[in-house]
Amino acid sequence: MSEQVEFRNVSFRYQEDAPRVLKDVDFSIDRGEWVAIIGHNGSGKSTIAKLMNGLLFAESGEVRVSGEVIGEENVWDVRKQVGMVFQNPDNQFVGTTVRDDVAFGMENRGIPREDMLRKVPESLKAVQMEAYEEHEPHRLSGGQKQRVAIAGVLAVAPDYMILDEATAMLDPKGRQEILETVRNVQQESDLTLITITHDLNEIVAADRVIVMNEGEVWFEGTPREVFSHKEALSRIGLDVPFVAKLTEELRSQGVHVKEEPLNHEEMVEELWNLRSKM
Amino acid sequence: MELTFKDVNYIYSPGTPFEYRALENFSMHVPSGSFAAVIGHTGSGKSTLIQHINGLLQPTEGTVQVGGFVIEAGKKNKHLRDLREKTGIVFQYPEHQLFEETVEKDIAFGPKNFGVEEAEIEQRVADALEAVQLSEEMKDKSPFDLSGGQMRRVAIAGVLAMKPEVLVLDEPTAGLDPRGQKEMMEMFYRLHEQEGLTTVLVTHSMEDALTYADSVVIMNEGKKFMEGEPLEVFKQKEQLRDVQLDVPEVLAFLEKVENRLGVAIDYRKQSLAELAKDLTSELGRGDGHE
Amino acid sequence: MNNSMIIGQYVPGHSLIHRLDPRTKILIIFFFVITVFFANSVWSYAILTAFAIGTALATRVPLSFVAKGLKPVWFLIIFTFLLHLFVSRQGDILFTVLGFPFYEESLIQGATLSLRFFLLILFTSLLTLTTSPIEITDAIESLLHPLKRIKFPVHELALMMSISLRFIPTLMQEAEKISKAQASRGVDFRTGSIKDRMSAIIPLLIPLFVSAFKRAEELAMAMEARGYQGGEGRTKIRELVFYKKDYSAFLFFLLVIAATIGTRM
Repeated sequence: MSEQVEFRNVSFRYQEDAPRVLKDVDFSIDRGEWVAIIGHNGSGKSTIAKLMNGLLFAESGEVRVSGEVIGEENVWDVRKQVGMVFQNPDNQFVGTTVRDDVAFGMENRGIPREDMLRKVPESLKAVQMEAYEEHEPHRLSGGQKQRVAIAGVLAVAPDYMILDEATAMLDPKGRQEILETVRNVQQESDLTLITITHDLNEIVAADRVIVMNEGEVWFEGTPREVFSHKEALSRIGLDVPFVAKLTEELRSQGVHVKEEPLNHEEMVEELWNLRSKM
Repeated sequence: MELTFKDVNYIYSPGTPFEYRALENFSMHVPSGSFAAVIGHTGSGKSTLIQHINGLLQPTEGTVQVGGFVIEAGKKNKHLRDLREKTGIVFQYPEHQLFEETVEKDIAFGPKNFGVEEAEIEQRVADALEAVQLSEEMKDKSPFDLSGGQMRRVAIAGVLAMKPEVLVLDEPTAGLDPRGQKEMMEMFYRLHEQEGLTTVLVTHSMEDALTYADSVVIMNEGKKFMEGEPLEVFKQKEQLRDVQLDVPEVLAFLEKVENRLGVAIDYRKQSLAELAKDLTSELGRGDGHE
Repeated sequence: MNNSMIIGQYVPGHSLIHRLDPRTKILIIFFFVITVFFANSVWSYAILTAFAIGTALATRVPLSFVAKGLKPVWFLIIFTFLLHLFVSRQGDILFTVLGFPFYEESLIQGATLSLRFFLLILFTSLLTLTTSPIEITDAIESLLHPLKRIKFPVHELALMMSISLRFIPTLMQEAEKISKAQASRGVDFRTGSIKDRMSAIIPLLIPLFVSAFKRAEELAMAMEARGYQGGEGRTKIRELVFYKKDYSAFLFFLLVIAATIGTRM
């Protein structure tokens, strides 16, 4: 079966008398896919991430990972399959050095020391941090800490990796570093990747986008499909890329832009094709 | 109040093995009532720079002048208190500085420290709440019961209640969602206009600098790398790329249009609709050869 | 920003003393402290002093650093000596200065007590000078391991210590940031009466606590997400191994003990 993460009519609230943060959420994610979950702050997207590895449990409905419904009894098995990188680079760095931190997840799984000594440099290499093995966290930039966090996830070879706003606190350079790292990792493995984000570059890079609004799935589709709904997206507080805005303006002036361009190159090609017809 | 840096050097831990020069021969001038943006990578000296504006740091060499206040290397500053009342700094993630039981008390904290009278403080709290678009009823709530975005507004209100003439903003939109970022920047711009503030914005966003600032300073490794009117500075694409900074997206795009289609479109802050019009008319002309 | 923060008094280096297993150092210090109380002759003191000073030199830590570590206790050492000199009156009068008698026994007692004090402080400070806090934590976890049988939470204690060490620089940076933000709102941390200064601390402490709690909560969640379920069934990448140099150090130290005991009166 190819459906790997499934949400079936999932509802959730943090307290008995509080309003629901998720209402009847229903979607699935296939193996090896890269899915971006977007939505304004408070739309329920981070709650989804925490339901996927049993940090929270659904109030009603089912969350399945690799076919199994997540519950109290199998939560530790689920966590072995689902790696997670959080927003604040400092508050997830457990080790006193980079090496200790990358090893933390492996230590928890009881992996023999010799294997860890081999795995740590391997994982650090995958995120281009191999030169920093002995470094202490306060000597690293935010982007470097997040790359170490990704290495810590890779070291335990999970099937899924969730980035829960992992770039939100970084500067543009740090974001760029993480996006490149994630792209490489995704290409070189069959990891299923779920990124929860506001960053337009991250959204464009994904295979599919799930848009959340007020605790409900508001739209599902490819980045191209999502960004063709410019008006509606900005109504729910989300941004669209510059090229999507420009496409809209060109269309309103009667220029027939065929495909929905996603980046500068596609837009320029489109203009090149259109040029003779203008 | 105008703001002037003259040949400022700042060295952390001088005379130790950890000695580190964070500012090097730095000069800049921000005229009274204007909006300046400071851009640079983490570690380029931006945060050292802004801490000089209200005397949290004293230059190792050189002079900083804020209105009538002068902070000089090696001289004790007697009017630090008055200077700090006139310069409001909104630090990164300002919500981390909240501590009082109620929103009202927290906003009143600054004015109280500067000896403002009770009745006046009450008025200022109300004004500050209005300026950051929070409702009057908020004032009796605990700041810790609010959402992240609301907490940030309370913290900003606390700075505004000091009635500063110079407002320094250190990445004030970090961590907000796109709508929140836009609302926040528009709020600051409105305040800047209404109150005639001198505003210094530290940002990573070239787009914000282009939209709001009258002048921009690009920092690199503690030195001033470029300076000028934002559009003029951002048109120097090669120089920006030399220090690994992005070019505002619209300029990067027009560069690609020029390279691929041989059509040069001058950007002069026109709207997207106007830009689309420019594009269609330029391309429609179709000078034929490829 | 200045990232070169030193925790405690650790001075990184590659001397033999630095490279010894931290457990070796802790055990030797433990027995050294006991041995010091057995010394009672000039020769036994001479041997122990030579051993302590020799070790201090072998660390290749600049003596100014060693002295700095001793600074707060110099006063105590000198005070102990003077107290004995002027207060206790035992033995023969040795000599008189300006009509004040100095007693032989008091002089000797004062000198030996101060010397003991000096030796203890000097030798224990060598541990913190040459061993990083995380190594000390590892050593404590390893040495306390047998206590697990009586349900003493050794692993939890060590984890708590290492996480504290990890977060000290983070919280220090945070404290600096918040104090600057409050100073910008008119708080004066430096002048005023003691009462004023005490109340100036509150706007610093509350945000620090709030943030520390938030960090703790997020860290706990991140640890759980990474599969942390307590010490049971866990392996460790940090490993302590006794090498030949550790055995040699023990052997040499045994000789020092033997010599000290042998020269007792």
